[in-house]
Amino acid sequence: MRAHPSEYELVAPGSLPAVLELLAREPGSWMPIAGGTELMVQYGAGKLGARKLVSLWGLPELRSIESSEQELLIGAGCTYTDLRNDPVVAQQFPLLARAASWTGSIANQNRGTLGGNIVNGSPAADSLPALLVYEADLLLASARGTRRIPYVEFHTGYKQNNLAADEIIRAIALQPRFAAYHSYTRKVGTRNAQAIAKLCLAGLGKVSGNRIKDVRLAIGSMAVTPVRLRRTEETLLGRPWSAALISEARQALEAEVAPIDDVRSTALYRLHVAGNLLHEFLEGLFA
Amino acid sequence: MSKREVSFTVNGAAHTVSVYPMERLLDVLRCELRLTGTKEGCGEGECGSCSVLMNGELVNSCLVPVLQAEGATIATIEGLAGESGLHPVQQAFLKCGGAQCGICTPGMVMATVHLLGHTPAPTMEQVREGLGGNLCRCTGYTRIFDAVLEAAGSRK
Repeated sequence: MRAHPSEYELVAPGSLPAVLELLAREPGSWMPIAGGTELMVQYGAGKLGARKLVSLWGLPELRSIESSEQELLIGAGCTYTDLRNDPVVAQQFPLLARAASWTGSIANQNRGTLGGNIVNGSPAADSLPALLVYEADLLLASARGTRRIPYVEFHTGYKQNNLAADEIIRAIALQPRFAAYHSYTRKVGTRNAQAIAKLCLAGLGKVSGNRIKDVRLAIGSMAVTPVRLRRTEETLLGRPWSAALISEARQALEAEVAPIDDVRSTALYRLHVAGNLLHEFLEGLFA
Repeated sequence: MSKREVSFTVNGAAHTVSVYPMERLLDVLRCELRLTGTKEGCGEGECGSCSVLMNGELVNSCLVPVLQAEGATIATIEGLAGESGLHPVQQAFLKCGGAQCGICTPGMVMATVHLLGHTPAPTMEQVREGLGGNLCRCTGYTRIFDAVLEAAGSRK
C-alpha cells in the first residue's frame, strides 16, 4: 500500500548552496532525491522510510560534464541519457557509455542519475563496475566544503556508504588514461532493457610482449557491493597467455568474492558465469 | 505537509494545480486534470504505461513527484491528435493493428513519438530499444514494431 502523499515533505531549494545549507541545518533529516527511479519505487510500494525529501533534480551545478586534459568531471545529477550523449564519455570511457546504454529503459535513463545510482549502492547497478576499473574519484560536497575520495572506498556494506549526514555527491572524476587499454564489459541478465543484472563484469587490460602489463577488473551483482577484483588482477599481472592462466584466474576470482544468492540468481551460477566472463575478457585481451 | 501550487504546461495549456509535492505526476494528470489517457500499469517504472514527455524527454510519470514538474512542458497522449485528425503515429498503430486491450497503447505511442523525434529512421534494433521499457501483455510486439516502422515510413 502506498502511503498518502500528505505524509511526505518534498522541497526544491533550487540551487546547490541552498540544498547544502538545508542539509547542514538539519543533518540526517532530509533525504536527497534526484530522478526518483529508486526512491519513487519505494514510495509507490509504501516502503520509503524517509518522510522529508529534498529535490536535486534539475540543479544546474550537478548537471554538467566538464572535460579537461587532466580529467572528466561528471556532475552527479547527469542522467544516463546525458552519459550516452557525451562524446568524451563515448570515446574515453566506453565501459561507462555501454553500461549507461543498458541501464533500465529509455524513460529510466532520462531520469536516473549516476550520483543517485552510486548513493543507492545496489550491488547490481550497471555502471558501478566501470567506475571501479576506471578508478573514479568522488567529489563530496557539504556546506563545510568539498572533499575528494576514491570511489572504491565509498561503499562500506550493503547499501552503506561513506557519505556524512550533510553531504551529497557533487561529481564523479575520471582520468582519461585508459584509451590504449583493451576494454571489456558484459551484463548477464534475463533481458536487455529493464532487467537487473545477474552479473556484470568490467575489465581493462594492456598486453605488451605477450604479457599482461596492466589489468583492472570489477564485478557487479556478485557480492553485497560492486567489487574490484584485486587478487585476480595480481594473479594475471605479468603473465603470458596459457590454459593454466585461465584456470588460475578463475580460482583466484572464486577465492576472493563472496557471492550472493538472491531472487535473480544463485551463488553457484554467479561464480560459474563470472569465470566464463573472465575467460572471455582474457581471450579478447590476447586476441 | 500541506498542499502547494505547482504550475506546468500540459499539451500546450498552462495549468496551476494545488497538490502535495510528493503526489505522482501520473495521479495529478489523471485525477486533477482528468487526462486519463495516461495509464497506470506497474507503478514502479517497469511497464511504461504511464509514459509522457516531460520537456521533450520520455519519462515514467509514476516516478515523477509533481514538484519536479514545476515549470515543465508536458505532452500526454491527449495532445497528439490535432484538428486534422490522429497523429501519424496513432494512424500507424491503427493501420498495423498495434493495439489489443489498449492499456499499454498510450505509452507505446508516446515512446514511439519520442523515438522518432530523436531517430526519424530507426532500425529494428533501435525500435526495440526505444520501446524496451514498454510492456504489452496481449499482442506480442510484432505489430507494435510494425506500426513504429510504418510511422517512420520505413516498413517493408
